[in-house]
Amino acid sequence: MTYLAKPKIHHPDLPTNALGYTRRDYEGAISTLCAGCGHDSISAAIIQAFFELDIAPHRVAKLSGIGCSSKTPTYFLGNSHGFNSVHGRMPSVLTGAALANRDLIYLGVSGDGDSASIGLGQFAHVLRRGVNMVYVVENNGVYGLTKGQFSATADKGSKSKRGAANSDEPIDLVLLALALGATFVARGFSGDKTQLVPLLKAAVAHRGAAFIDVISPCVAFNNHPGSTKSYDYVREHNDAVNRLDFMPTREPIVTDYAPGSVRDIVLHDGGLLRLRKLDDAYDPSDKVGAMSYLESHRAKGEVVTGLLYVHPDSGDLHDAMQTVDAPLNALGDAELVPGTAGLAAVNDSLR
Amino acid sequence: MSPAKTAPRINDFVVKFANVNGSGSASANGLFARAILRMGVPVAARNIFPSNIQGLPTWFEVRVVEAGWRGRRGGVDFMVAMNPQTWDKDLAEIEPGGYVFYDSTKPLPASRFREDVTTIGVPLTAITNAAYSDARQRQLFKNIIYLGALSALLDIDPAEIEKLFSEQYKGKEALLEPNRKALRMGRDHALANFQCPLPLRVERRNAVGNRIFVDGNSAAALGALYGGATVAAWYPITPSSSLAEAFMKWCRKFRTDMPGGRKRYAIVQAEDELASIGMVIGAAWNGARAFTATSGPGISLMQEFLGLAYFAEIPAVLFDVQRGSPSTGMPTRTQQADLIVCAYASHGDTKHVLLFPEDPREAFEMGAQAFDLADRLQTPVFVMLDLDIGMQDWLCEPFAWDDSRRMDRGKVMTAKDLDAGKDFGRYLDVDGDGIGYRTYPGTHPTRGSYFTRGTTKDRYARYTEEGPAYVDNMQRLLRKFETAKDLVPAPVITAAAQLTRAGVVYFGSTGAAMAEALADLERGGIHLDRLRVRGFPFHDAIADFIADHDHVFVVEQNRDAQLKMLLVNECGIAPDKLTSILHYDGTPITARFIAREIGEKARVFNVAPLRKVAG
Repeated sequence: MTYLAKPKIHHPDLPTNALGYTRRDYEGAISTLCAGCGHDSISAAIIQAFFELDIAPHRVAKLSGIGCSSKTPTYFLGNSHGFNSVHGRMPSVLTGAALANRDLIYLGVSGDGDSASIGLGQFAHVLRRGVNMVYVVENNGVYGLTKGQFSATADKGSKSKRGAANSDEPIDLVLLALALGATFVARGFSGDKTQLVPLLKAAVAHRGAAFIDVISPCVAFNNHPGSTKSYDYVREHNDAVNRLDFMPTREPIVTDYAPGSVRDIVLHDGGLLRLRKLDDAYDPSDKVGAMSYLESHRAKGEVVTGLLYVHPDSGDLHDAMQTVDAPLNALGDAELVPGTAGLAAVNDSLR
Repeated sequence: MSPAKTAPRINDFVVKFANVNGSGSASANGLFARAILRMGVPVAARNIFPSNIQGLPTWFEVRVVEAGWRGRRGGVDFMVAMNPQTWDKDLAEIEPGGYVFYDSTKPLPASRFREDVTTIGVPLTAITNAAYSDARQRQLFKNIIYLGALSALLDIDPAEIEKLFSEQYKGKEALLEPNRKALRMGRDHALANFQCPLPLRVERRNAVGNRIFVDGNSAAALGALYGGATVAAWYPITPSSSLAEAFMKWCRKFRTDMPGGRKRYAIVQAEDELASIGMVIGAAWNGARAFTATSGPGISLMQEFLGLAYFAEIPAVLFDVQRGSPSTGMPTRTQQADLIVCAYASHGDTKHVLLFPEDPREAFEMGAQAFDLADRLQTPVFVMLDLDIGMQDWLCEPFAWDDSRRMDRGKVMTAKDLDAGKDFGRYLDVDGDGIGYRTYPGTHPTRGSYFTRGTTKDRYARYTEEGPAYVDNMQRLLRKFETAKDLVPAPVITAAAQLTRAGVVYFGSTGAAMAEALADLERGGIHLDRLRVRGFPFHDAIADFIADHDHVFVVEQNRDAQLKMLLVNECGIAPDKLTSILHYDGTPITARFIAREIGEKARVFNVAPLRKVAG
């Protein structure tokens, strides 16, 4: 029913966040994706995360490439500027935007075709540069808009809706992100909002390149027996390494009643990431351990979800470049143009 | 050497250095050119180099030219033949009555020389080996030794060379004396063995004035700095890399906060040209002035993004330093062959704004102006340099700036405007010029946000696939292009000394040879009005100029007559009205070439007054 406009009237009793916004203020246009699409659940998780983080929607810039996933920024944060760029090239556009104004929050939304196939190069370089962003891949292993071709994350042996088997090795973006130097690497599942919302919140608070691979089954082309990215497959094979809560600094930290292993990670901005460990052996600050954990579970056919790696003291591209605190797009003639005085010296040096 | 019998040629000759790449000759050759400039005599210098770091032949040509012509003349009067690999070719290039200077340590048979060329042999290797034991020193000082010999032969004031040494080695004074010593060795040898100076010689003048000697890439980068660019993203490619590197240099000098070293700029060496232009588009969308520098192959890689930038109306600036194409072509040779690929870059119906600087000074001006134009027009703007402008040092007027000038950020709606209730439609043509207002991301909590996309949208930036909305938008983009006509730099029109029905149209680095060619033609009685194109879309004055002449030559440095194509296509000019003069062998066009080509064709067109023939 996507042609019906969403009513703009808010229920007067809708709860507000610290800034006085309701959840509705974080919504966008009605989705035009298929009913039941995993991507819509991710949009809902994004809405909830930003609402709960008390971030004014207009302070977020949302950027995407091309594909079903890249259409989703229209469906959340309607008061944010959005940029639906070209296929596989969101990372470079986001990098440029982040250089221009370091004060905004950058949310990059991409898909498995967009990031692992056509855009693998830009995916790699944006992570290794440490651009301050949240990079979400809505991963369904299939090209939806062009009707069901395999993407580069499709598992070897998985079957398309028409029955063809994929014979190529899959690209595991999470493993790749770890190798490329992303300082926050997580995997979620669109059907598990309890895990996904805290992951998103922690990624927003993280300074540097935060990457979340979200398995998001495609109801039209990849949610059938034989697909390793179907709802059923992921539910049955999900191995969550941890559950986490994210608490911004301004919230009082409540006593944690959970027994056993709880681990707090203090993030760059003072926010607290509280990991409730399901697997005692898992240490998210150990990158080498994370890689081996992922590989050993993959061999068993398990999809590892949760926060896989975080570097709590990471910096970003602006830190590396030593740019000024003021956003570059706010600098004026006085700060940028050396005038005739500057030219006199230049001319003298060229005679 | 036998004493030359020719009359002296003062301040008007061509010296060419034939060297091996990587032998350290560039520094000595640069000193040679600058010393002559310091004597107040103009030079036109060109480095002709291979796509190689070490081993292949490289040449440096210095045209000593009191008249101030800035193009290559063609031909060589004095060859410094330091490369045995190219000996035969180098020798053949010398004009009759000219000179060849060579390292005579190993004697060459007489059959290797020309009778009509005076031979000057200096045992450079022997002198060097006697004076230095270190291999590296032998290599470097051999260059300074020949510089010393040339200073005596051509009457270049050694004090000027020594002054340049002092400037060059400021802070490294230990290097001063060894250089002076090498210079003296060469000079003394020449003075003792030859009749110095030769009839070819430099005489002190005051013909340089306050002009500067600078390459176009440094100048364009300085223009970008003055234009307020804060974000640069680039990928190394000859001949544009030195533009990005120069921007880095200028930024370090002018945009570093002290103390602390914080930077008022961000430069990214991207992973490829796609990422470069993507970053530029992202930064420009977000309100920073941003540019990339590239060459033809890079422009090809940026095509998809350029379509997006055109359609999404993003003010990106591109410096295209053109080289021999297509493909890898001749990466270290010059051409003007990217006009079509830039003017109509990308898929679908697109047209882009191009600027054509003629020299480094204009590269500076247009480098700055490009950012105002891009913001005003909300579209990509290409500054079309070429290798000849970009990588050669040119003698040009000093850079100038008006301190009252402010960046023109174009139509940007602020939070205040939005609070005042102004209607914001990103693609709404409120002023009839085809340009809408934009907002920067993060401007206002509830108003002015919009979604930027490459897909069709209505005037309020809402997604639509309705045909009429698409047509409406495409028509507005055409109106915007019409607006651009009067905003890009107007053509420069110069009337011939005599009333004429013939004209010549050209652009960019061709200007260097054009002025001299037209002066030559004028001496032969052929007069042409000239028009130098400086921007695309074409100003109406260009079509008017063509209409006002019976015959118009279009001179350009590419095979397919790309400027002519644009003129025919955009101005509706009959193709047979325009006669192409094309030069595209990778070397800069010369005055001789233009004068010869136009001279021959002009006779056919009866442009020159025919002499009355008796009977």
